[in-house]
Amino acid sequence: MTTIRIKAKERAGIVDVKSLMKHPMETGLRKDKDGNIIPPHFIQEIVAENNGAVVFSGSFNTSISKDPYLSFQYSGKKGDKLTLSWADNQGQKESTTVDVG
Amino acid sequence: MDRRGALKVLGLAGSALTALVGLPKLAMASWAKTAFEARSGADALQGLYGGNATTPSDAVKLKAPDIAENGAVVPIEVETDMDAESIAILIEKNPSPLAGSFDLPAGTKALVKTRVRMGETTNVTAVVKSGGKLYTATKEVKVTIGGCGG
Repeated sequence: MTTIRIKAKERAGIVDVKSLMKHPMETGLRKDKDGNIIPPHFIQEIVAENNGAVVFSGSFNTSISKDPYLSFQYSGKKGDKLTLSWADNQGQKESTTVDVG
Repeated sequence: MDRRGALKVLGLAGSALTALVGLPKLAMASWAKTAFEARSGADALQGLYGGNATTPSDAVKLKAPDIAENGAVVPIEVETDMDAESIAILIEKNPSPLAGSFDLPAGTKALVKTRVRMGETTNVTAVVKSGGKLYTATKEVKVTIGGCGG
């Protein structure tokens, strides 16, 4: 069960990617109801690979919204395998692969 | 063992270790800590790109709402027709202004859409690195309810 949702559609040689990653994106600035600081917990690195070649990569800070949305476009074709991966500041990782439609 | 032999062994052990540690991080770039923890946009750009001289440019298209009722989710879109290597988003008055940075290999469009948190009304700046230079577009977004929690 993955927590990354991806839509990847090709049109005229350009693949349009829309993705949603389920993640709390805790800033480390918030406090719980007892006044204790909730430690930061956020995605730091994102990489997108098309048939194994990196087509997009980025870094997030705590100021990216909870359950990050990310959209980008690259040259590709229908049937390509797109893999989106993230790694957070607590060492957790997620990765999902979809067929470009 | 002479010094040369010792170095060789050390080197081998070192590369074996790198291979071991490096594998799980495959393809993941390293998070630019100094840039992301910087307290000003200028320091963030210095940390990210090794320079902070910027030029405002109409070629950088920044789409952001005039008014964000909810600062926790502010949609931001950055696009340019320039040949861009990298795009970064700065939110001036956030505790750490650099919200995200994105690397664009050849064949990838200079386009990024995401959603950011904004603590208060402030300037959002899109930075595009093209030909080793930094070009910017800035827009003020009014925030009704701040989104940095607290």
